Amino acid sequence: MTSVFILFLKIFAGAALSALMVVLALLFDGIDRIVSAKMQRRYGPPLLQPVYDILKLMGKENIVPRRASRIFFMTAPWMALVTTLMIFLYIPTGSFPAVLGTEGDMVLIVYLLAMSALLMAIGGFASGNPLASIGAGREITLMMSYEFPLSIVVCTMAWVAWRQGMPGAPFSLETFASMSIWKVVGKTGVIGLSCLFLSLVLVVPGELGKGPMDIPEAKTEILDGLIIEYSGVNLALFKLTFALRPFAMAAFMTSLFVPVSLASLLGVGGFIVAIFDFLFFWVKVFVVQMLFVTVMRTTFGRLKIWQASQFYIMKVAGLSIAGMILLSIDVIAR
Amino acid sequence: MSTTYTIPVGPVHVGLKEPVTAWLELEGERIVNARVRPGAIHRGIEFMARERNPIQVIYLSERICGICSFSHVMCFIRAVEDLAQIGVPIRAQYIRSLVLELERVHSHILWAGVACYTIGFDSAFHLGMLMRERVMDVLELLTGNRVNYGVATFGGVRWDVTPELEKALRGMVRYYRREFTPFRDIVMEDPVAQARMRNVGVLTRDDAVRYSAVGPTARASGLRIDLRKSSPYEAYADFEVEPVVPQDYFGKAYGDVLDRFAVRVLEVYQSLDIIEKVLDGLPEGPFVAEPNPNKVLASLKKAEGTGWGIIEAPRGDDTHIVSLKGGEDNVLWWKVRAPTYANAVSWPIMFRGNELADAPLIINSIDPCISCMERMMVTDGRERGIVTKTELVNRSRQKTLDLKSKHAAGGGVGK
Repeated sequence: MTSVFILFLKIFAGAALSALMVVLALLFDGIDRIVSAKMQRRYGPPLLQPVYDILKLMGKENIVPRRASRIFFMTAPWMALVTTLMIFLYIPTGSFPAVLGTEGDMVLIVYLLAMSALLMAIGGFASGNPLASIGAGREITLMMSYEFPLSIVVCTMAWVAWRQGMPGAPFSLETFASMSIWKVVGKTGVIGLSCLFLSLVLVVPGELGKGPMDIPEAKTEILDGLIIEYSGVNLALFKLTFALRPFAMAAFMTSLFVPVSLASLLGVGGFIVAIFDFLFFWVKVFVVQMLFVTVMRTTFGRLKIWQASQFYIMKVAGLSIAGMILLSIDVIAR
Repeated sequence: MSTTYTIPVGPVHVGLKEPVTAWLELEGERIVNARVRPGAIHRGIEFMARERNPIQVIYLSERICGICSFSHVMCFIRAVEDLAQIGVPIRAQYIRSLVLELERVHSHILWAGVACYTIGFDSAFHLGMLMRERVMDVLELLTGNRVNYGVATFGGVRWDVTPELEKALRGMVRYYRREFTPFRDIVMEDPVAQARMRNVGVLTRDDAVRYSAVGPTARASGLRIDLRKSSPYEAYADFEVEPVVPQDYFGKAYGDVLDRFAVRVLEVYQSLDIIEKVLDGLPEGPFVAEPNPNKVLASLKKAEGTGWGIIEAPRGDDTHIVSLKGGEDNVLWWKVRAPTYANAVSWPIMFRGNELADAPLIINSIDPCISCMERMMVTDGRERGIVTKTELVNRSRQKTLDLKSKHAAGGGVGK
């Protein structure tokens, strides 16, 4: 009886959270566009412009190109959206545990992020457009480049958590959200952690296809690449995915590296504080997203694919390995 | 990786300002061969000129291009003056040089912004567009128009430089000296911009000679050519214009897109210097030889022969050849050779060995001419909707009047 009740509760919480995430992601996307416009001394669109776009596209017809592979072309946007939404079920928000926190961990989140990127690439390949194929090829190349530093960051942090005996499973996000990793390491470790944090910050644009790494969707080169043939509802789903991915990435980064909560700051507990912590978590996510997505994408131009690939494989991977070595020295020497 | 596939860039493409098609044969991302197919916006302007008299053709020639409109006007007028032996007062020559340089400033800043947009550097693009407004305002103050100025006529110009305008011009020069340098540094020292523009679309010095590149494209390849120096026209003989070549500033001419960027940006400073010299040395006297257009037209009706006009437009050498027949009102024939015709030949050379990602940048790097576009609708946040042509004209006039009265009240241009 209780297990059925818990299952029902989880389904309800998951649905409510997904709906909330969609709305929040679109709002953040709107703020992102306004902040970017202000940085460029423009007026920018209204706050709700992404919502209007989605609503408008929802009412438009889907056009499937003659040369497209229909099944993949039509399912890819749905799958990409669902996989992206699933990420939020595994991220603990403030004092609330993740909805499906016990069933998944960081590896799953990294996997889901990669999965949604892959699904977008599949959608691009399936559309049969050469420009979309180029975009999809670029997306895959980029993914192969940034996954290496990303996995180094995740594995190193899990190893540190395990060695330092942080409560909870080492790969679980819950572990990092409930206890700050910055406090369990020494001075060398803090430098190492900063290296890892910086690597993750540099991985973010590639992961999201924004900022200097908006290569798969390069507008002035391959005309939005991946999504060039998409229209109507499918395009709306992709736009939602594009809005959700920065948001998911920012939430992931926040719970990994910025686990400050009101409850721990004020030293109090209780349900009311938990509610405020829930809100505080999204404020932190907002700050992280503005700093590392909006500012980055406004500040830099676009790299070429081999330059981006080289950047990740040589520089960012080097930085993350340096962080790993520093952390290892710190943890083993203690 | 042995199969090649063909991708068109254009005719309508986000990264391009004008409709032109480049068929690229790609091996992965690498361009192995390129074919450029122009001709999407042929409008038959030269044919239209045969149904108009020379004074009407002045305003037709302004419509050849939306950006270097005054260069085409000057070229046509100089060709007709050449064949009909019309003298131009020195003050008019100075004012013509002034407007030519103002046009160069706005064209180069526009191009620099668009180049940044092409590499996805939107912030620099918006900054460039913001700065271009100042020179557009000054042009509007002088001529009443932002794009097609209608300021030149046979034997002189139609508007004089007043003391108020001189003040606005000097303010503009100060503004650009202050504000343009940060823009230049932001772009040229940005690691991403350097990675995107250095060694991209290289045109070597030999190739530039072989394929007759002109203007900034040739100068970026290290060729010291500038018609303002080698065959000075209008008032340029008084100013000692030195061609801007990258080896003078960076020690070496790469002939790549970054060099083309540098040449255009440095030419903006050169133009500012020339504008100051024009203002310092502006002689007194009439600004048009014959103010009555009917008399000019009557004398042109008697003229017969072929005239040439060649000037250094913002993009390179612009050449017009005009032929008139005695006793006929209309232009007999007219040939326009815009600088892009010469530079477009170099495109396939520049494409070779580069990547698809560079293609729009390479096309834009020679600053291809675009046709003008008619404005139909204004949206400005509060007011939305379609505005009729008459209303648009009236609003434009009102805006110019506002600008002039604001300036007369000491408000200055721009801010």
